Amino acid sequence: MTPIQPVVAHENKRRFKLIGRYTLLVGLGLIVIGPFILGLWTSLLPTAAISKGALWGKLSFDNYVTAITTTPILRYLLNSFVIAMVTTISQLLFCSMSAYAFVFLKFKYQRPLFALFLVTMMLPFEAEVIPNFATVRALGLLNHYAVMIVPFLTTAFGTFMLRQNFLQMPKELKEAADVEGLSHWQFYWRMTLPYAKISLLTLAAYSFLSSWNQYLWPMLTTFSDQFRPVQDGLRQLQGQETFNNWGMIQASAAIVVIPTLIVLLIGQHYFKAGLNEGAVK
Amino acid sequence: MQQSLSGKAKTRPLTPANVTVGRRRWSERGYALLFLGPSLALLAVFIFWPMLKTLYMSFFLTDKFGHITVFNGLGNYRSLLQDASYWASLGATLSYVAVVAVLTIVLGLILAVAAQQQLKGIGFFKTLFSSTMGISVSVAAIFWLFAFNPSVGVFAQLSQALHLPEINWLADPHFALLAIIITTVWMNLGFTFLILFGALQQVPRSLYDAADVAGVAKRTQFLKVTLPMISPTLFFVTTVTLIDAFKSFGLIDLMTAGGPSNATNLLVYRVYQDAFLNGSYAQASTESVVLTLLIAVVTLVQFKLFGKRVTY
Repeated sequence: MTPIQPVVAHENKRRFKLIGRYTLLVGLGLIVIGPFILGLWTSLLPTAAISKGALWGKLSFDNYVTAITTTPILRYLLNSFVIAMVTTISQLLFCSMSAYAFVFLKFKYQRPLFALFLVTMMLPFEAEVIPNFATVRALGLLNHYAVMIVPFLTTAFGTFMLRQNFLQMPKELKEAADVEGLSHWQFYWRMTLPYAKISLLTLAAYSFLSSWNQYLWPMLTTFSDQFRPVQDGLRQLQGQETFNNWGMIQASAAIVVIPTLIVLLIGQHYFKAGLNEGAVK
Repeated sequence: MQQSLSGKAKTRPLTPANVTVGRRRWSERGYALLFLGPSLALLAVFIFWPMLKTLYMSFFLTDKFGHITVFNGLGNYRSLLQDASYWASLGATLSYVAVVAVLTIVLGLILAVAAQQQLKGIGFFKTLFSSTMGISVSVAAIFWLFAFNPSVGVFAQLSQALHLPEINWLADPHFALLAIIITTVWMNLGFTFLILFGALQQVPRSLYDAADVAGVAKRTQFLKVTLPMISPTLFFVTTVTLIDAFKSFGLIDLMTAGGPSNATNLLVYRVYQDAFLNGSYAQASTESVVLTLLIAVVTLVQFKLFGKRVTY
């Protein structure tokens, strides 16, 4: 026996192990993105081929052209974008302001009010749609951007998450600001917000995605393509005679998913760091 | 403005310097109103008031416009408890919620552990694993409606090729809920993976080094070191998943509309049907109260578990 062999055997074993590990990762990856890949692939096939059950055919962007020219999909995207942006910005402002009040201000009933905020996190919006529908109808907001923005201008969750972050600010910063004679507004705007940048970004990504993914509420409150957001819009497309036009439906889904995937890729890092910090640290 | 001046400023002589200080310095109460007022008002209008209104309506009968007619005491609750179809909905919801939570956590953990490996290109796989987080409910529904489609879907084609009995997933009362569960778990995976991955990263390496030195097998290390260390995160993810599952609506509306034969008629969908399709607002309010209680219980457990972390 030459001394070379064990080394080769060891090397082979290591290589097998490596191949095994990558196979596992690729397998898991395929399970996760399989439905997505299938959808993307189908969106490039002619509908005639898809309805025969074929997974092969002439690839083209025809379905995308059809989706964009014959359906209001781009309008839906724009609507969702407007709604999600306004909601996100206002949540950042109002949640950070209320979080600031709970951390840096002293006022009557502070503790019961904070308890009230915590209680709010227990109450699902889904169980309150009936009176809320009556409210927005009375306010004349139905079928308008406002109906999908106004009820979500602030959240208890956002307040709570930012409060956790503000609590970690060094006490010396506030003391120094008091010595300098900074008002609460100045300290909030110049010190607190920059300090909580990462948490604010996390909340922004979270707010944006939540607003973008709203389904039940827009379905109840919007009736025209002019204001309909994208989730409800896709439902509308499926409900119409286009139901069996799988190629075009898949193309619309792809058009919708791309912006959120971009937000996710940019926000991923902050999301992870922020959620871990705000929620479980 | 006078009230917001601080008390001290008034007793001092009004030099120009004092005046500017007085103007800039609001009282704490003024600031509290400014900072907290907007959020408090909004939550009052869109969360507290509706909750009280829903509770109130659950004790009355309503007409088809949702106007209150007669006081009914606990009558709505009594008839809800006697309604076999409501119990079926509740049962379906509880099994849906439980299975979704278990599968989400187990699969999310498998992905998170797999992504811990120190390999070239692992970042690519991490992005893949978290990608379903960016997929919204209607897009997920389209992907899976296609996959479950009895004539062109992959599942139908696979069972055809393998000569297995064909299942019409979404039209079969025995499989429709399972189809919704699979889709929900798939949608949950990205978020769960990301959170669990973060938790695994925070387990100190030294613990594993020590276990290695002591000759502890890898599997035992996972059970005795990893799981206890990430248990707070596991509980957090579990409660979040449970709460989300209780609120499921979109997938059901898009994929099965509560059918076939009410097999997927989960609680939120039922509220929607009773209120907005059948006009039974009192009944829908009663169901909303029950739903709120269920979610409140899970949330309370969450708060209890994180009590120390949450309130300091």
